[in-house]
Amino acid sequence: MANLTMIQAITEALDQEMARDEKVLIFGEDVGKNGGVFRATQGLFDKYGEDRVSDTPLAESGIGGMAFGLAVQGFRPVMEIQFFGFVFEVMDSIVGQMARTSYRMGGKLNLPAVVRSPFGGGVHTPEMHADSLEGLMAQSPGLKVVIPSNPYDAKGLLTSAIRDEDPVVFLEHMKLYRSFRDEVPEEQYTVPLGKANVSKEGSDVTVVAYGYMVREALKAAEELEKDDVSVEVIDLRTVSPIDYETVVKSVEKTGRMVMVQEAQRQAGVGNTVISEVSQRAILSLEAPIGFVTAPDTVYPFGQVENIWLPSAKDITEAIKETVEF
Amino acid sequence: MAKQPVDYEALLSSVEASFPMVQILDKDGKIVNEDIMPDLSDDELVELMRRMVWSRVLHDRSMALARQGRLGFYAPTMGQEASQLASHFAFKKQDWFYPGYRDVPQLIQHGLPVSQAFLWSRGHVEGNNYPDDLHAIPPQIIIGAQFIQAMGNAVGQKMAKKEDEVTFTYTGDGGSSQGDVYEGMNFAGRYKAPVVFFIQNNGYAISTPREKQSAAMTLAQKSAAAGIPGIQVDGMDPLAVYAVTKQARDWAVAGNGPVLIETITSRFGPHSTSGDDPTRYREQDSFDYWEQRDPLIRFRKFLEEKGLWSEKQEEELIEKTKEEIKQAAKEADQAPKMLISDFLKNMYQEPGQNIKEQIEKYEAKESK
Ligand SMILES: Cc1ncc(C[n+]2csc(CCOP(=O)(O)OP(=O)(O)O)c2C)c(N)n1
Ligand SMILES: [Mg+2]
Repeated sequence: MANLTMIQAITEALDQEMARDEKVLIFGEDVGKNGGVFRATQGLFDKYGEDRVSDTPLAESGIGGMAFGLAVQGFRPVMEIQFFGFVFEVMDSIVGQMARTSYRMGGKLNLPAVVRSPFGGGVHTPEMHADSLEGLMAQSPGLKVVIPSNPYDAKGLLTSAIRDEDPVVFLEHMKLYRSFRDEVPEEQYTVPLGKANVSKEGSDVTVVAYGYMVREALKAAEELEKDDVSVEVIDLRTVSPIDYETVVKSVEKTGRMVMVQEAQRQAGVGNTVISEVSQRAILSLEAPIGFVTAPDTVYPFGQVENIWLPSAKDITEAIKETVEF
Repeated sequence: MAKQPVDYEALLSSVEASFPMVQILDKDGKIVNEDIMPDLSDDELVELMRRMVWSRVLHDRSMALARQGRLGFYAPTMGQEASQLASHFAFKKQDWFYPGYRDVPQLIQHGLPVSQAFLWSRGHVEGNNYPDDLHAIPPQIIIGAQFIQAMGNAVGQKMAKKEDEVTFTYTGDGGSSQGDVYEGMNFAGRYKAPVVFFIQNNGYAISTPREKQSAAMTLAQKSAAAGIPGIQVDGMDPLAVYAVTKQARDWAVAGNGPVLIETITSRFGPHSTSGDDPTRYREQDSFDYWEQRDPLIRFRKFLEEKGLWSEKQEEELIEKTKEEIKQAAKEADQAPKMLISDFLKNMYQEPGQNIKEQIEKYEAKESK
């Protein structure tokens, strides 16, 4: 066991999977000598050489097409989009092409590509760097969309993502990169895709979150312990496909639910979860489902991002409202 | 063996030969190409120098402010003064400008108050509340997007029969790899739109060196595929940059369509103030080489030789600029606090129910 930050856990997952499988290739902007702008690929260029870890020209669309073609040739491309706000430049490759390949080829050709990218607010990035765009990905059949909330999960989920036979979008919240450490086993292990995790058990209310919001939800849960409110926190880990079974089981136990996402309120992952829970467990609910989100505006980079972003305080309020209903 | 249909080697070298680098002042400030000396008065030459010195001070002060946490995002400009200010010098107030994130000096010269540039950097929307006579769009973060938008702007200028008005835009050596950059040039060529495109080739895209961007020997030659003129210019030579830009603007105004200009330049420091360490990917030799080609050194020598510039003059200008920037930073500090309810109000001209409800919710919170 080593005490690693999430970024270190990610580097370790990449390193070990590259060592295990020579078909794994890493490429993107500044991932080589520089080790990526967040150092996620630190040391891999020196260890595996430029053929396997390469700086591409500055063109996301090209990076996406390269991943597609390499996957067809039997490689396991792990492409990096420097910040997920730039995904619009490569939407066609990911959503229009990779996501549809298995379907188009009648299941005979699969596309085991991984799209890694940092995202998320609260770390003072410039405009267009921080948006939570996972909803756009989750809305696309054919993709798997994974968002770890801690170093242990990050390593295991990324290892699974690289080994997975389908295209996986792997989103890394920047605020989690270095903010805390976890015990992470040195040997390789996997955390299955499509399985949620009960991060904290509780009996009064279920809070469903993913990514950095899991941290805020856990803070809120701790705060509410003092008021004798027992909060169960579920970390989705994968936002497509979603593990409704774990969520519904918890809601059946607690009878109350609050959904939390960092993204804006309109048409996102949270809305899908709420909709499914309403259909599957409405008779177990003793109060309307709470929903904590950012407002429906453009992400306000810089000065006021922390006011705009949902926080433990917002979650605490929403839980109280639900519990006191 | 039968003769090959085409001699590829000859083909490749003929392309390279078509894009020689234009230079007027060498690194020691000596004129090497008198024939194409631009027609600038002494006052104009001095004004150009003043702008370049001003930009260097803006850079220094911005770096200091960033260190103090008083700026948000900042992309250093030291080394690129000729590429940026001498090119801008050839445009007119009525021309439309589509800057990239590093093109803040030109934006200020085009009419943006310094305090607003600082507010933009900090993420304050007041920074984008442009004066009516400032023909510009805020700096583009999405690399390449400015090329296609500038093209559309220029098509619009042409359709509206605007006389003596063009659009100009910049990207970098990295940006030149974006599909958008080619699309912008290609459309502009097809519509004969009056736009001047710049690729400021400063050798690096963050850590990625120019040679990793493209097998093309010059970036100027990317114009050829769009059927438009492409020029490579010594981007550390203000007179050459000005001369080629002036020609390009004249050409565009005359209805001939777009031009691409590649300026060969260098950034002397980090990519941005967000933790980039250039020593990870760049040798000291490269800094030394380019610092000898500093555009300020060569233009200063040239002007001193002509008796148009003195150390004292430069020092006075530096002090005055520092004071101006200090005031601008103070002014930026006074900007009103931003409210989420205002963001919501700005989202649409005709908002829907979700926005209206959220305005109420946030106004209630904000009035507490
Ligand atoms: C579409 C897009 N991809 C990636 C980035 C991240 N990024 C910011 S600057 C930069 C390098 C740009 O290099 P270049 O075009 O040479 O311009 P320079 O910074 O050297 O002026 C990168 C990759 C971005 N802002 N937009
Ligand atoms: Mg560059």
